[in-house]
Amino acid sequence: MAVRLTVNDQPSELDLDPQMPLLWALRDHLRLTGTKFGCGMGLCGACTVHIDGRAMRSCITPLSAVEGKQITTIEALSSVAGRAVQQAWIDLDVVQCGYCQSGQVMSAAALLSGNPAPSDPDIDSAMGGNICRCATYVRIRAAIHRAAQSLASQAHPEV
Amino acid sequence: MSGLPLLPSSPQHEPTLTRRTFLRLTTLAGAGLTLGVSLPEPVAGKGSEGGAHGRALVTPFVRIDPDNTVTVVSKHVEAGQGVWTGLPAIVAEELDAAWGQMRVESAPALVPLYGNFIFDPKGSVQGTGGSSSVANSWYQLRTAGAAARAMLVAAAAQKWQVPTREIAVRSGLVSHPSGKQATFGQLASAAGKLPVPERVALKDPASFTLIGRESLPRLDSRAKSTGTQQFAIDVILPDMKTAVVLRPPRFGAKVQSVDPKAAKALPGVVDIVQIPTGVAVVGSDMWSAKKGREALQVVWDESGAEKRGSAELIAEFKRLASLDDAVDVLKHGDVNAALAGAAHVIDAEFEFPYLAHAPMEPLNAVCKLSGDRCEIWAGAQFQTIDQLMAAMACGLKPEQVKINTLAAGGTFGRRANFESDFIAEAAAIAKATGGNYPVRVIWTREDDVTGGKYRPMNYHRVKAGVSKDGRLIAYQQRVVGQSIIAGTAWAAVMKDGVDPYAVEGSAPEQYDIPNAHVTWTNPKAGVPVLSWRSVGHSHMAYSKETIVDELAEAAGRDPVEFRLALLAEQPRRAAVLRLAAQKAGWDKPFAREKGRGRGIALQEAFNTIVAQVAEVTVTGDDIRIDRVVCAVDCGIAVTPDVVRAQMQSGIGFGLAAALHGEITLTEGRVDQTNFHQYQVLRINEMPRSVEVHIVPSKEAPTGVGEPGVPPIAPAVANAVRMATGVRLRKLPFTISDARSAKT
Repeated sequence: MAVRLTVNDQPSELDLDPQMPLLWALRDHLRLTGTKFGCGMGLCGACTVHIDGRAMRSCITPLSAVEGKQITTIEALSSVAGRAVQQAWIDLDVVQCGYCQSGQVMSAAALLSGNPAPSDPDIDSAMGGNICRCATYVRIRAAIHRAAQSLASQAHPEV
Repeated sequence: MSGLPLLPSSPQHEPTLTRRTFLRLTTLAGAGLTLGVSLPEPVAGKGSEGGAHGRALVTPFVRIDPDNTVTVVSKHVEAGQGVWTGLPAIVAEELDAAWGQMRVESAPALVPLYGNFIFDPKGSVQGTGGSSSVANSWYQLRTAGAAARAMLVAAAAQKWQVPTREIAVRSGLVSHPSGKQATFGQLASAAGKLPVPERVALKDPASFTLIGRESLPRLDSRAKSTGTQQFAIDVILPDMKTAVVLRPPRFGAKVQSVDPKAAKALPGVVDIVQIPTGVAVVGSDMWSAKKGREALQVVWDESGAEKRGSAELIAEFKRLASLDDAVDVLKHGDVNAALAGAAHVIDAEFEFPYLAHAPMEPLNAVCKLSGDRCEIWAGAQFQTIDQLMAAMACGLKPEQVKINTLAAGGTFGRRANFESDFIAEAAAIAKATGGNYPVRVIWTREDDVTGGKYRPMNYHRVKAGVSKDGRLIAYQQRVVGQSIIAGTAWAAVMKDGVDPYAVEGSAPEQYDIPNAHVTWTNPKAGVPVLSWRSVGHSHMAYSKETIVDELAEAAGRDPVEFRLALLAEQPRRAAVLRLAAQKAGWDKPFAREKGRGRGIALQEAFNTIVAQVAEVTVTGDDIRIDRVVCAVDCGIAVTPDVVRAQMQSGIGFGLAAALHGEITLTEGRVDQTNFHQYQVLRINEMPRSVEVHIVPSKEAPTGVGEPGVPPIAPAVANAVRMATGVRLRKLPFTISDARSAKT
């Protein structure tokens, strides 16, 4: 059955089971392997993508639910917030094994898009669905604050 | 971890590093290690041009390309612990390279060239574990860096017709006072034609500029922050199929019969084959393989399966602990007499559950089998064993198996196992399907959580006593927990019947205690067990550090002071303890607000010493860890920020086990399946403040991947006891249960 998807601004038509989770269509059929498989139950956040700008777990999102929607994966994360997050991640050397970090970055970028100056509790709440088994959490918090500062200085360059 | 037995080693074979020939082996002074050195074969029409791809200076550990990049060949897998930064830092230091020109790639499976000399002085096994990577590479990579530097200098001297002693190398630039200068890339081709020096001088550590530098960015940060880092699960080969395996519902069960009809009828299901670990369903993609597995009908023969649950197993462990047939781990003085004469004795039982590693990248491997060649892509942690096991699974010789080691999305010990289970499965499926297509096997999270190879469940009984003058004079410990190595190729390291990994890090090992007796029993249980980040220390440190804390209280002594009295002969351990206490403000009274507590713990693991102070707030059953102060002595901190990251990581990993971690069984079936039941640490539970202080040192470096784990659970338990009076003797922590158990 043909499923129409728009991933990273590229429309495509795939002959796939509409019940297939978006994750496997991205990874196995569109070869966008930056989005990771971690649990298959929406429990760990490794598969986080943006659907119409919102952070969603692609491992429990069937293809039928995303037809006609804008899907963005880590490969095309180019929002101002997204770039600020990635730069902060690099500046603070957040990563360890790195496997969960695509999902962490996608969740953090979505958080900052909606809340440009999150508090620690805001961060804990928004990032609570993203497991990092290396426990890079101290640096994730710090990097989100740093990205927020960077966004603020971009918005108010005179400050 | 010395004395690892010689395993059936893979014979020397055509090196898979490159197509180049190893021209000779040279022993370089200073290292005491044989360093195989290969030089490029002249390639007609290419080498002379020194084009972008014409590699110029090549040794097994360092390659300098004409594009001015320096690539370090890492024989250790990067699984987050930072070896892809630490190993290049060691080379870059001796080479006087600029950090920006450093690159890293994985070594092929090849022993003894890439063997682990900490595992075994002969380097018979290539592998990563025991927090050994930096210690194992320290002299080897310094020597490799210094040798490459000397070759660059010699090439410059020839080119400029000046004495080598007049040439300087700094930040990737070779220069002469006359004003002549060249990059490494410009000299690489000429340097590659020169002989490798027989002897090289290593730097005085006082002159290090990269090693120990506070801000040395990780080489893998960008790729891992942008989704471009390739893991084994991301490998896509032409015509590759995906397999999932239906494994037995109980450990030790076997396939009795398979009805593949319903599964085979599904779209995308390609093959269904029986392999040693179960029945593999091969699909055109992951979704069809998974759907196929759901439809697969298998009848299991459970006659040989483990059918006991955790309750029965722990009851059996306790019964075993009451018997007199344990093996002695350690015995000195007269512990019974000392206990009889002690002013205060604590008699305590401890229970530790099975724990899954649950790395975020589920186990997976890709295998391409063609004729007499087998090629594997995996987050390989034990390359020599992986090569052997893949070979056995597909009926080839080890030298016919090529292992491509990719970045591993965590391992914590899981990818280092004596059966190479996930890699052997890929090879077995490839063999069973006739090598018709490259195949990858992916474990789902449920496969991982229920799949065994856990940190062993443990029961400890400890009797320990203090004298009237407040000294720890007697320590008796009975440990019951499955051996990780009995029955494996590693069993040869067992001495006098003791698996050192089952009991490492006991109180009498770590403190000066005049009368001590530690015994161990290896119970028979059908639940597969394995090394889990910090191995025996993960439970041994817990009983030790909580008991020592209680004894300090019984003796009316401060916990730090009490421990220092046991460390008179251990100045490095004492210094780490003092540093953690000082940085935590231990000398100032802790505000005894309701529900607040502070605790400390110390452990030396894998020659690295770590002390941690935890501050907690307890509300009902909820334990919030507010602050952790950590001190570490790992010798020279090659990359201090990686050391800090590993301490933070160890603390988070240890907290997950303390607060949540538990694999239980009911009638032989694992109760947990995924992260909703096997809970790990989430960001809201990570302490707001984790401070790491590194002891300045001139000693050779030791590892940091594991030693951050053991002290945190006892430090928190000691803090909880201060806050509530409750003694936590069962993990994971449940305060209400401990309170009702308190008598």
